[in-house]
Amino acid sequence: MGLDFSHNYFELFGLTPHYEIDSAALLSTFRHLQNQVHPDKFAHLSEAEKRVSMQWSTRVNEAYQTLKSPLNRAVYLLQLQGIDALAQTNTHLPMAFLMQQIEWREAIQDAQQARDIAALQSVEADVAGYSKQWHEQLLAQIDQQQDWLAATNTVRQLKFVTKIMSEIDDVYTVLEA
Amino acid sequence: MALLQISEPGMSTAPHQHRLAAGIDLGTTNSLVASVRNGVAVVLNDEDGRALLPSVVHYQPAAPAVVGYAAQALQSIDPHNTIVSVKRFMGRGLADIADAASFPYHFVDAPGMVQLKTCVGVKSPVQVSADILHVLRDRAERSMGGELLGVVITVPAYFDDAQRQATKDAAKLAGLNVLRLLNEPTAAAIAYGLDNASEGIYAVYDLGGGTFDISILRLSRGVFEVLATNGDSALGGDDFDHRIYCWILEQTKFPELTANDTRLLLTKARDAKERLTEHPQVSITVLLSSGEMLDVLLTTAIFNEITASLVNKTLQPTRKALRDAGLTIDDVKGVVMVGGSTRMPRIQSAVAEFFQQTPLTNLDPDKVVALGAAIQANVLAGNRAADDWLLLDVIPLSLGIETMGGLAEKIIPRNTTIPAARAQEFTTYKDGQTAMSIHVVQGERELVSDCRSLAKFELRGIPPMVAGAARIRVTFQVDADGLLSVSAEELKSGVHATIVVKPAYGLEDEDITRMLKASYENASLDMQLRALQEARVEAQRLLEATQTALDENGAVLLDADEIVGINTMMQGLSTLIAGEDHHAIMAATESLNQMTSDFAARRMDISVKQVLAGQRIDNL
Repeated sequence: MGLDFSHNYFELFGLTPHYEIDSAALLSTFRHLQNQVHPDKFAHLSEAEKRVSMQWSTRVNEAYQTLKSPLNRAVYLLQLQGIDALAQTNTHLPMAFLMQQIEWREAIQDAQQARDIAALQSVEADVAGYSKQWHEQLLAQIDQQQDWLAATNTVRQLKFVTKIMSEIDDVYTVLEA
Repeated sequence: MALLQISEPGMSTAPHQHRLAAGIDLGTTNSLVASVRNGVAVVLNDEDGRALLPSVVHYQPAAPAVVGYAAQALQSIDPHNTIVSVKRFMGRGLADIADAASFPYHFVDAPGMVQLKTCVGVKSPVQVSADILHVLRDRAERSMGGELLGVVITVPAYFDDAQRQATKDAAKLAGLNVLRLLNEPTAAAIAYGLDNASEGIYAVYDLGGGTFDISILRLSRGVFEVLATNGDSALGGDDFDHRIYCWILEQTKFPELTANDTRLLLTKARDAKERLTEHPQVSITVLLSSGEMLDVLLTTAIFNEITASLVNKTLQPTRKALRDAGLTIDDVKGVVMVGGSTRMPRIQSAVAEFFQQTPLTNLDPDKVVALGAAIQANVLAGNRAADDWLLLDVIPLSLGIETMGGLAEKIIPRNTTIPAARAQEFTTYKDGQTAMSIHVVQGERELVSDCRSLAKFELRGIPPMVAGAARIRVTFQVDADGLLSVSAEELKSGVHATIVVKPAYGLEDEDITRMLKASYENASLDMQLRALQEARVEAQRLLEATQTALDENGAVLLDADEIVGINTMMQGLSTLIAGEDHHAIMAATESLNQMTSDFAARRMDISVKQVLAGQRIDNL
């Protein structure tokens, strides 16, 4: 007996394990679940109930964060297939992508040195455009083709994109200060 | 015609007992206590009808501490023993206090948290805060006519783990049961949002006496979801006073000042700032202890100029919070102003310019946090239907650990919804390494030396292996108060180490006992009596909670033996409560807790399954 944590995140939310999900249903189930398990509902109860509540609420948050973000969701779907998409040794990235990445980084540095917010916005738009394309690719690779290897490659590229986006954010912070 | 009442199936029909709960805003400049009466949140006044309690504590030999207005009146007469704005020192070391020299205190550098030397001995900021909380507790209990079951205490959203833990320790020292530490902007959002039935994205701009917070929330169908928070836990109205103080000194060619003069000048500076809210210019006259008279004229234009950089220091975090939330100014439907410092006209115009809309000021910025805390305390105490609303808050600063080269590896990023847990695996650096030291840090910077150090602990007994073969999993758990606990485990051998991240700066239980004893030297209440009282309250709370659980679904989830077992234990505990042995009460409480933990898990499984069953029907 005890906590039944054996369900995967999709099962916990009553969803089919697909890359494309109904985000309105995800949000609504998240709220219903937290309404049942959140520590605020147990603050006046026993230590045992508080502890169980914290464990469940933590798990529901973790599941929601994983399923809500398209990239995290893809990583999780691959994990359910036994693939650790983010392991360093898993795949090698295409040369064209690596070149693209270097270009972006240089453009970000230039924008920072010139204190040029418009230039930074243009890099951001470019990165966002690529990111959108890769998410569309993932949809086909995971939901239709079940091509896990191709999906793993796309996920790794998107992971780099996330890093570049956060670098762009840092530069915005510096330029706006 | 009177209608017959029928309760919902499964609900207890026992008459509902109202549990006494209060919300406390423990502020840098002023503190307040509020509670819900007849369904309405109200601030509880003192005997003279005043809502605010100045957060000022005056110590004197062989007499109890003086707190509030009376202490405030003594601050320039006895500045060394009158502690003002103690919140600035909570969970802070001496090195963290930027302008330590300008305070009239005798600081004592101590590991973890700075201490203050007074005429009644060295006081920790936790003790000073506990003295303030004690007065608020007395006020609430007198006003409500009974012992408080628990309180919600608000903290700045940008408070780190050390500052939160210090606040919780202060409450413990004041004999308060903390139902929750609640972030101040979130408390304000509750008071505001429930009042106005708001929906959409709101920004809460909270500039208090010593802290600044900005929170971006999504309000939707009773859910208050914090999307991002940012701030500066050492920026507030005090800094505006300090700018005026420095300006006066410049204008008067730096006269010789005593500690009393410094305190008097700061008081006059604050007074001038407040008068500028109503007047375009104010004159400041100060008679120094040397007999010299200072007389200067401060205009709004000068004030705006000398404080422009402070205003800007609030807008930077505001931009960051918006970006973290993935939103722009156009998405923000309303801006709520909180904290006494938002009365400054320059702050209101700067916020209006930034968000391109007039900020909302229809709730008293001094009271809104305490009112929100009271509303939440009422819910947490179990006085309201639990599914009314849900509050989802975040941690303000990333949590991580030190890795090779003094770098901080983030384990839980900022703005993660709490409660949250995250595990990360690490390995050994050298062949045959049998111990690993784990250094927990909080902050956004890459270098450990730029982050706040929370705790260091060691995992020992790792079996000797080649470098990189051991697998050490470090798990971070942040609870709903935003407090962290860390555990580490070597996966191949099962060597385990757990700590609540506290000893590096927080109080050990024995410290609390020692401080309690010290405080009773000046008070009449007996230590033993208090321990007994606390044990009884705790036991009573558990008995009530267990009975509610049994009524709800004991019959379905427990077999006959289990029910008999729990009932026997409850009867035993009831008998002990009538007696005088607090150790026995505590032990029996703990046993009942353990006995019911499996039951608690089963109850939770049932609720989760019910939600999922309901969802599937919804989705059809």
